[in-house]
Amino acid sequence: MGPLVPDIIGPNLNFVVAILIGVAFGWILEQAGFSTSKKLVGLFYGYDFTVLRVFFTAGIVAMFGVIALQHFGLLDINLVYINPTFIWSALAGGLIMGLGFVIGGFCPGTSVCAAAIGKIDAMLFVAGSFLGVLLFAEGYPLFEELYKAGHWGSPQIFETTGIPKPLFVLLLTTVALVAFWAVSLIEARVNGEKRPFIQLTRVSVTAAAVGGLIAVSGFALPAEKDVLLSRTAHIDAETRGRIPTMTVDEFAFRLLDDDPRLQVVDFRSSDAIKHLPLPHATAFTLDNLFEKEPMQLFVKKNMVNIIVADDERSELRMAAIARELGHDNVRILEGGLAAFERDILRFDTSSVPESRAAVDTHRFRARARRELPALIAVQQAAPAAPKVIKRAVGGC
Amino acid sequence: MNPKPYMNPYLAGVLLGLLLTATIFITGRGLGASGAVKSATVATVTTVAPSHAAASKYYNEYQEEHPDGALKNWLVFEVIGVVIGAFLSGLLSGRLALKLEHGPRSTSRMRFAGAILGGALFGLGAQLGRGCTSGAALSGMGVLSTGGLITMMAIFGGAYAFAYFFRKLWL
Repeated sequence: MGPLVPDIIGPNLNFVVAILIGVAFGWILEQAGFSTSKKLVGLFYGYDFTVLRVFFTAGIVAMFGVIALQHFGLLDINLVYINPTFIWSALAGGLIMGLGFVIGGFCPGTSVCAAAIGKIDAMLFVAGSFLGVLLFAEGYPLFEELYKAGHWGSPQIFETTGIPKPLFVLLLTTVALVAFWAVSLIEARVNGEKRPFIQLTRVSVTAAAVGGLIAVSGFALPAEKDVLLSRTAHIDAETRGRIPTMTVDEFAFRLLDDDPRLQVVDFRSSDAIKHLPLPHATAFTLDNLFEKEPMQLFVKKNMVNIIVADDERSELRMAAIARELGHDNVRILEGGLAAFERDILRFDTSSVPESRAAVDTHRFRARARRELPALIAVQQAAPAAPKVIKRAVGGC
Repeated sequence: MNPKPYMNPYLAGVLLGLLLTATIFITGRGLGASGAVKSATVATVTTVAPSHAAASKYYNEYQEEHPDGALKNWLVFEVIGVVIGAFLSGLLSGRLALKLEHGPRSTSRMRFAGAILGGALFGLGAQLGRGCTSGAALSGMGVLSTGGLITMMAIFGGAYAFAYFFRKLWL
């Protein structure tokens, strides 16, 4: 599951990847004609809308690409860098950049690209951008308040606006298509030449087909997660037979033993966990099973992973999903935590063992009932730190 | 050699979009450019004037966020790649040439000043806006980030708003 950095591609190999991605980026920008300021500013004077076409197409394709990757369970968006929203600095910074764009004729990426093929104005622009950064750094105390004001976190647009994601995507795509049509009319008028809006060449048809396929697949086909959920929705005796279990006694023993290999995957509500926190436990939700970072827990070797919930049925469901996702090394607690509370934590010490064999169990349960509350109290006194998701660091 | 024609803009857009998708899939982050300028600037200042940098809040905050040093930065490597890629593209398409381009009614001197001033404004704005056309606008659109989309609209809206006043530079 993506992103591949840092666990599949290490931080140093990532620098090699960065150079390769940069080569492709520079090559595409130059081939598209972004290496000349005349073509770039044509966007603002109506004689050349190449920038809008390339930029808007790229944005739409990437948007659909990311949605499709997410949809098929190949990318965990929780680990992807989402540019933070600082409303005032975004607006002020954007306006200043817009001014810089019409005066300088480049933006940072295109200036580097144009400088690489010998444009002197681009080299000057790059030099200027160093001055701009220096100015910001030196004047930081002046800018700091504006820079940090209006922090909204790192929301995605459909979270901010409340417009459902598919609708927003549809709207943005429509805006792009209308814009492509409109700018071709403007261009024709400004330049006084007539060119058809769309030329059905092999290239344009292929490009449209690739885009269309990615776009449709991200919505039309059922999401990987939904498929898995429906496949594991049915819990029966057969499921119960497939999934290894752990008795409440073994569980209590491992807890008392402070077994370093024990990993308790706790699917209870946060309230229930607060009420009865277990040692060696990690709080989990159904969604966590589909996220890359929490699932690292199951990848550790030679661990005893036990899924616990209030009742056994919930445990079976979660274990079935975990196994579908390829994590076979999971067990469930027999009877759920309800049985654990009944037979261990509230064990009736006055009961009389029915057989000779039950005497040992009776003795153990009595001991566990005595000693476990102290371990639980330790957990209660030091609640686990809230989970921090390590997103990729991005932005400029 | 006559320069080859530019690529179809929609094809270039699809390729760029696929590249951005691949970048996000592989690295969990988008493309960028101005961040490399920032890294280089910080590296220069901390090397040339270490005592000044140590006393300045900005450089300290930057170093806190980038403990490995300013130049060991993903964008620095990416931009090195951009230089290589653009150079190869220019070489293969016959567009390598040292020249200063300016509008028909503008002069070399005006272009000289405009490029530096524009670059400075863009550099400053990109710091304030936490990213430029690549890092905030394009990559922000790919992940549908609210902040990225706002920055994008502000950049292009701003450019259109100011374009009239600088038409003499270009038309």
